[in-house]
Amino acid sequence: MSSDWPRVRLHVVTGKGGTGKSTVAASLALALASHGKNVLLCEVEGRQGIARMFDVDPLPYEERRISAGLRDSRGAGSVHALHIDPEAALLEYLAMYYRLGRAGRALDRFGVIDFATTIAPGVRDVLLTGKVYEAVERNSRNKGATQYDAVVLDAPPTGRITQFLNVSDELAGLAKVGPIRSQADTMMTLFRSPRTAVHLVTVLEEMPVQETADGIAELSRVGLPVGGVVVNMRRPAELPDADLERAGRGGLDAERVRADLAAALDPVPAPLPGALLTEAAEHAERHRLEVAQREVVDGLGVPVYELPRLPGGVDRGGLGELGALMREQGLA
Amino acid sequence: MSAGALDVDALIDDPGTGIIVCCGSGGVGKTTTSAALALRAAERGRKVVVLTIDPARRLAQSMGIEELDNTPRPVPGTSGDGSLDAMMLDMKSTFDEVVLSQASPEKAQQILENPFYVALSTSFAGTQEYMAMEKLGLIHAAAQRDHSYDLIVVDTPPSRSALDFLDAPERLSSFLDGRFTRLMLAPARGPARLVTAGLGLVTGALTKILGAQVLTDLQTFVAALETVFGGGFRDRAAKTYALLQDTGTAFVVIAAPEPDALREAAYFVERLEEDAMPLAGLVVNRASVAPEGGLSVDQSAAAAEQLADRPEHALGAALLRLHAHTLRAVERERLLVSRFTAAHPQVATAVVPALAGDVHDLGGLRRIGALLGT
Repeated sequence: MSSDWPRVRLHVVTGKGGTGKSTVAASLALALASHGKNVLLCEVEGRQGIARMFDVDPLPYEERRISAGLRDSRGAGSVHALHIDPEAALLEYLAMYYRLGRAGRALDRFGVIDFATTIAPGVRDVLLTGKVYEAVERNSRNKGATQYDAVVLDAPPTGRITQFLNVSDELAGLAKVGPIRSQADTMMTLFRSPRTAVHLVTVLEEMPVQETADGIAELSRVGLPVGGVVVNMRRPAELPDADLERAGRGGLDAERVRADLAAALDPVPAPLPGALLTEAAEHAERHRLEVAQREVVDGLGVPVYELPRLPGGVDRGGLGELGALMREQGLA
Repeated sequence: MSAGALDVDALIDDPGTGIIVCCGSGGVGKTTTSAALALRAAERGRKVVVLTIDPARRLAQSMGIEELDNTPRPVPGTSGDGSLDAMMLDMKSTFDEVVLSQASPEKAQQILENPFYVALSTSFAGTQEYMAMEKLGLIHAAAQRDHSYDLIVVDTPPSRSALDFLDAPERLSSFLDGRFTRLMLAPARGPARLVTAGLGLVTGALTKILGAQVLTDLQTFVAALETVFGGGFRDRAAKTYALLQDTGTAFVVIAAPEPDALREAAYFVERLEEDAMPLAGLVVNRASVAPEGGLSVDQSAAAAEQLADRPEHALGAALLRLHAHTLRAVERERLLVSRFTAAHPQVATAVVPALAGDVHDLGGLRRIGALLGT
């Protein structure tokens, strides 16, 4: 299937804590890196999650090729990774745009760099998003750097994503005019354009789904382009619909179950039939809640993609498996 | 030697426990656990207030704390001799309260309107969490005076920065003592000739990058920071820190039985120990449970396999498959938790089974509380 997002160069992946947004971002990077394509996967929260997922050494502030992409009929591309550190980003920015020379070193000596990256509000976010912008809109100032076909950002959680991307507003009170202001405005032009998509990862539970709905409303309000919702870690229904429905109201035929078990086990352990019926009822209840939340997600008015819960957690192979599903469903 | 099971009821029943701080990464049910602990303690006779951060809307509604006004309010519908108040923490107004208490009204107004302050009070990592601790200090002091509460339960923000409050005072102090502050305050304080060549360079560079107006705002802001955090701040910070280290405080680290959440929990545990903070134990939420059926994972999977190509037994096969999945999940989670315990044998642990649905009323909190207590 072809991608639903052919024009998107910057995929921002957000989600509530615990929904697996980093996993989704990494799989998406693999999925986008088909034949001959270079994809950059960025992380901004200092957790070295990418290194852990791809089982490589902790990443420095430097673009590194970490993996081949997922093959398509013509072969695979490359996934590169970058761990964005605000201090390094600021120094790089100053070097790229201002010839400060001695004054630049003085800035560091006087604690200005430290101030800007830790205490000065909003600046941290602008530096992080600024580097992402630079990677997408690479120009001649960064000589010899890799040109990327797509950039995937493992972004801050849903509750903070709008503030994070809405850099102009964040800076509005601070820099009304001047070079920083115009750069922030240029960044916003990209973030608000159809070349950016903010995907929201959720699981089918009430709170994350509610937060996803709130996140979509907030992004739309400030004109940031909402991508798809990725329903992650979906549990498959183990029973056919009719049995699920019966299990939910305690109506499974206990005799039939006993007979089924007797066909495989001799003897059938005494507590087994009861245990299986209890478990089926819980499974049905959980499934019913998931279906209800899935309906809420379907009503959000954006494309929905669904990834299964991988038994045993997600390893390097699991990322590829999820990436393949993304391609099948058109997220990549 | 392992510390074994975390006895939650003993913890909340102990009149010596005055503060419980719940911390952990996002999505592990921290807010729910805080609220459930508080409710259980109240219904077992304690006078409790729970300070929570960003609870789910329906839970907030059922606890009667939809308003963000930084005042504890009674939670309707609790039973027993104790009492339960709840408050949703508002970082911004806590910050503002500190400013108002530290600066003259005129000066305070100027600070509250400064664009750097406005952004700082809502976004500087660690400061907000620190403000939550400061609020905790205030409520604790008031409770000591008027005996309004004998137990305060605190929920913390969902990130690693939840522990930034341990560093925030230090960072602010070293910043205020640092060269940058002196640089920013220099023109306001001394005659121009004190501005050295180095300072001139820096100011020039900043003007070039930021523009002159921003530089002026920045100077006002740094002066403001000094007003607010310069004087009594270090004393207050030291007091709050001591309060957290006190034996009357208990930190509870919350996790889910997943590798990421447990890795974060390990980080929290180590960090708390480094700072000599009293750690009560680890709560592992949302654990899978399998009813005892007398079969192992392998037996269950093998039996399902045997029935696989016999459509007349499809239901039995599906139930056995489901059972094998659940048993496997239970086994995997036990392994994860036991690895954590092996690495941190001093940490007592309580495992709370997952409920099928979300918790959004006192009934649900009571169930979680009962699971915590047993």
